Amino acid sequence: MPTREIAGTTVDVNEEGYFTNPDQWTEAMGAVLAQEEEIGELSDGHWKILNFLRQDYKEKGVMPTIRRVKNAGGIPTKDLYDLFPGGPLKKSSKIAGLPKPASCI
Amino acid sequence: MKRILILGAGSAGTMMANHLVKKLDLSQWKITVVDQHKTHYYQPGFLFIPFGTYSKEDVCKPKADFIPKKVEYVQQGIDVVKAEEKVVYLEGGQQLDYDILIIATGSKIVPDEIEGLTGEGWMKDAFDFYTIEGAVALAERLKTFEGGKLVVHLCEMPIKCPVAPLEFTLLADAYLRNRGIRDKTELIYISPLSEAFTKHNCAVVLGGMLTDKNIHFEPDYAVERVDGVAKKIISFDEREIEYDLLVSIPTNMGDSVIERSGLGDDLNFIPTHKHTLQSKAHENIFVIGDATDLPSSKAGSVAHFQADVLTENIQLYIDGKPLKEDFDGHANCFIESGNGKAFLIDFNYDLEPVEGTFPLPGLGPFSLLKETRINHWGKMAFRWIYWNLLMKARPMPGITTKMTPVGKRLPKKEKEELCLQEKLPEQP
Ligand SMILES: Cc1cc2nc3c(=O)[nH]c(=O)nc-3n(C[C@H](O)[C@H](O)[C@H](O)COP(=O)(O)OP(=O)(O)OC[C@H]3O[C@@H](n4cnc5c(N)ncnc54)[C@H](O)[C@@H]3O)c2cc1C
Repeated sequence: MPTREIAGTTVDVNEEGYFTNPDQWTEAMGAVLAQEEEIGELSDGHWKILNFLRQDYKEKGVMPTIRRVKNAGGIPTKDLYDLFPGGPLKKSSKIAGLPKPASCI
Repeated sequence: MKRILILGAGSAGTMMANHLVKKLDLSQWKITVVDQHKTHYYQPGFLFIPFGTYSKEDVCKPKADFIPKKVEYVQQGIDVVKAEEKVVYLEGGQQLDYDILIIATGSKIVPDEIEGLTGEGWMKDAFDFYTIEGAVALAERLKTFEGGKLVVHLCEMPIKCPVAPLEFTLLADAYLRNRGIRDKTELIYISPLSEAFTKHNCAVVLGGMLTDKNIHFEPDYAVERVDGVAKKIISFDEREIEYDLLVSIPTNMGDSVIERSGLGDDLNFIPTHKHTLQSKAHENIFVIGDATDLPSSKAGSVAHFQADVLTENIQLYIDGKPLKEDFDGHANCFIESGNGKAFLIDFNYDLEPVEGTFPLPGLGPFSLLKETRINHWGKMAFRWIYWNLLMKARPMPGITTKMTPVGKRLPKKEKEELCLQEKLPEQP
C-alpha cells in the first residue's frame, strides 16, 4: 500500500491519494492538502463542510452523498460547489482525509 | 396460516407472486399482494410513446390479469411498514400482519427535487417521459416542434433503465431527420457523468454515436435549477444551457412509504444484501427490483433475474436453511439507436459489457455491443415477452439467471475463471 508524507508525518493513502486510515489525519494536513488541491486558505465555511464529512463518516462508516450533506449537514449544495470548485465531494473528502466517495453526484 | 406479504404489483412484485404460488405449500402459506393502482404499465414502452410508435393503449393492462387466482390482491395505498411489529398499515387503516415481507415498491421520478423544474413551463416546454402522463404530453408537444434547441437532461444517478435517456436522444435524432427538421435542431445531451454511460466499454461506443450524429454531449453537469421563464438550466458551476424543449430525467427515488417506515437511505432505497436480496436491517424482509440500493441496473430484466434467486431464497428461509448468494448483478438491456436498429448489452456486478453473441455462442441471433436490426426486433419483442413470459414467471428458453461467459469476447483470464466457476466447458 502506498504511503506519503504530509506536514511532516507519513500516512497511508491509495493510488489516488485518498487516505485509507482517516485516524491518521490532522487539521494541519488538511491545510496542506487544500493548497495541493488548489483550494487555498481554508475558511470557516470550508471547515464546516470538512467537519461534517468527518463526523458523518465516523458515525455511519460510509461517505455521505451531496444530498446527505445538504439534508443532514444543513449545507447548501451551492456552497459545496463554490468552496470546492471542480469536483466538490472528491476534493473535500480528499482534504478531510477520507476515502474517495463512491459516486460524486 | 402464515402470510407472505408482497408490497407492490409492478414488474417485480407480479413476478414474485407468480413464482411463489407455484412453489409454496398453500395450505400453510397465504400470499397477499398490495398495490395502489389498477393498471400495470409496461414502462419500457414509455420510450416509444413520444415518437408515436406506441400509444398509451399499447402499454397498459389490468394488474389483476397477472395476479394468480390463489393470491389475494388488495388495491390500496400502503401507508407504513412497522418492521418491529411485523405489520403493514394501509391507507384507510387496514392492517396486514406478515411472517415474511417482500418489498417491491419500485422507484419513481421526483421532479420537485430539481428547483424550478415543475414551475413555469412544466408540461409546456419541459417534460419527462418516465411517467405515462409525461410521455403522452411530450408526444403531443413533439408533433408541433419545428426546430430549435432540444435538450435531454439526466439530472442524477441512479435512475431506472440507465440507458433510456441515451435511447431517447438517439431516437429523437432519427425522428427529427424523418420529419426533415434535424438541421433546424440543435440536439444536446446533458449528464452528471463524465462519459455517455455508466459502463466504460459501452460509453465509448455510445459516445462515438453521439459525435457521429452531431449530438452535443455536456458531461459532469450538476444541475442547480431550471429557469422555466428564461427557458434555461443552470448548473452549480454556473454553466447555463438554453432550451426550446427540455426533456428531463429527474431524480429517481424509492416511494415515500420507505421513508415513512424508516427503511431507506437518502433516496429511499432500501439497504439490501447484494447477492441474497435479504434486507440488511430485518431478516424476514426481502427486497427486489428498483426498490433496492444495489449497484445493479434498475431494470425489468434485472428484476427478472432477481426473482429467480429470491424465489429460491424464500423457500430456503422458510426451511431455516442458509440463503444462496446467487444474484450476480446480471443485467441484459437492449439499447435502441434509431432507424430500426439497436444494441444489446449483457453484464453483471463485476464484468463490463463486451462484444459477442447472445444467447447462443456464435449464433446469436443477437449481437452484443453492436448495432443491428435483429437487436431492434429483440427490443420490440420484449413487450410480448414481458407480458407473456416474465410477468407469468414462465421459463425463458436459453436465458440463464447468472451472466454467462459463453459467447462473450472476454479477456482470456476472466473467461477461464468464469467457466471454471460455472463448470462450463471452455469456449474458444
Ligand atoms: C422509460 C423507461 C424505459 C425502460 N426501459 C426498460 C427496458 O428497456 N428494459 C428493462 O428491463 N427495463 C426498463 N425499464 C425499467 C423497468 O420498467 C423497471 O426497472 C421495472 O418496472 C422495475 O420493477 P419494480 O417492480 O421494481 O417497480 P415497478 O414496476 O415500478 O412497480 C412498483 C409498484 O409499487 C407500487 N407502489 C409503490 N409505492 C406504493 C405505495 N405506497 N402504495 C401502494 N403501492 C405502491 C406502484 O404502484 C407500482 O405498481 C424502463 C423504465 C422506464 C421508466
